[in-house]
Amino acid sequence: MKKIILSIFLATVAITQLSAQKYFTKDGSIKFFSATKAENIEANNNKATFVLDAATGQVEISVLITGFVFKQALMQEHFNENYMESEKFPKATFKGKIEDLSSVKLTADGSYKIKVTGDMTMHGVTKQITVDATLNVRGGKISVDSKFGVNPKDYNIAIPDMVRDNIASNIEITLKGDLQELKK
Amino acid sequence: MRLIHIRKFAKAGLTSLGLLLFCGAYSQEDDLLALLGEDSTTTTYTMATFKSTRVINMHSVESPGTGVLDFRISHRFGPFSSGANNLFGLDVASMRLGFEYGVTDKLMAGFGRSNVNKEVDGFLKYKLLRQSKGLKNMPVSVSLFASVVVRTTPWSDPERKNYFTSRLYYCWQVLVARKFNEKLSIQLAPTLVHRNLVTYTSEQNDVLAMGAGGRYKFTKRTSFNLEYFYVLPNQLTADYANSLSFGFDIDTGGHVFQLHITNSSPMNDKGFITETTGRWDKGNIQFGFNVSRMFTIKRKPEITE
Repeated sequence: MKKIILSIFLATVAITQLSAQKYFTKDGSIKFFSATKAENIEANNNKATFVLDAATGQVEISVLITGFVFKQALMQEHFNENYMESEKFPKATFKGKIEDLSSVKLTADGSYKIKVTGDMTMHGVTKQITVDATLNVRGGKISVDSKFGVNPKDYNIAIPDMVRDNIASNIEITLKGDLQELKK
Repeated sequence: MRLIHIRKFAKAGLTSLGLLLFCGAYSQEDDLLALLGEDSTTTTYTMATFKSTRVINMHSVESPGTGVLDFRISHRFGPFSSGANNLFGLDVASMRLGFEYGVTDKLMAGFGRSNVNKEVDGFLKYKLLRQSKGLKNMPVSVSLFASVVVRTTPWSDPERKNYFTSRLYYCWQVLVARKFNEKLSIQLAPTLVHRNLVTYTSEQNDVLAMGAGGRYKFTKRTSFNLEYFYVLPNQLTADYANSLSFGFDIDTGGHVFQLHITNSSPMNDKGFITETTGRWDKGNIQFGFNVSRMFTIKRKPEITE
């Protein structure tokens, strides 16, 4: 009896500690790629912040719009000035939750296909989206990657007729990050 | 004895349950990002203080960016006061063709030719400071500008001994600009113009002036611009006026169209600062435009920073 109670107690403590674990990175990479017949446009941001709460499956991502680097300086300026209005809307964020968290064991090595549903906010517009992602656990290290599409129109990003053929209606977003434990 | 043990463990169990609930509640907290604290490790640089490398006539703090060629066609028509017979000035045009290149993100070099006085100008502009906030806080952007103009018209008096240096004009500026918000940007430009040869003895070879200009954006792609150059007194003869211009910028993507009404017809810097003859009060003002077309000559090989 004593042993049972003790082991329950210890297990409870262990779970409690585990569930408080959060993982994060401030060097997450977010890439976007717009492919049209006229031209391909890509940009990269290596300073995205990802946070994952292992207990609740909550995921939060934040990225500074001005941090996207293009091959062409002029495109970068137009991206910020004319499309994303980064002065007014400096960040894009995502706040969501991993669906069926129970299938993910962050304590064991493995690769988990997950679905994350949540609110994506950019250019002042919030939309609920569900994206596919992969969580990889290797020796206690967690990395995440995901690929999904975004339509600028959904976020009130106006594209003038003159450049309509140059900007894809479905822009591919690739997201990658190696998470570390948040010690606090 | 046994009872005591059970009680003790029950208590411990309750405590840990309480702890679990507490932690559960804690992790329910919404703002995970806030846990990481404010982002103070990044510096955000202000971009696009102006839409173009010119406010109207004067250079702005902007440069085209690495590997970008800015091909500029500028026109100033004749004065409105020339009457209907000259279609209010549209019959005549002075122009400048310019090729201006972003050597690095900070340095640009350019040259141009104006048909008025057959002048060739060359200039360098360097971004010394960039307005920023975050880790580095800088209230203004500062660019340094230097240009030289060669006048290539035939000598007015070929009989006398003429020196090549007499054809040269120089202009130095410190451009200080601040983008107050998304719409409003203001720039000041303390200026020194040096002319090796002047027409009258009453004129100074060195001319000090203060330029001021700004833009106000109506929409994402259009802005209203204003620019004025105050030349300090007793440097030029009374024939010359201070340059005052009102403009309208339209950004279409690869092109920037700048339309304006100005009393200056020269388009190089020493020209509109020290050789403006038009007077607003006499209607000696004209319509003009700059068309800027950007060509990306060299792309960044990799987009990772």
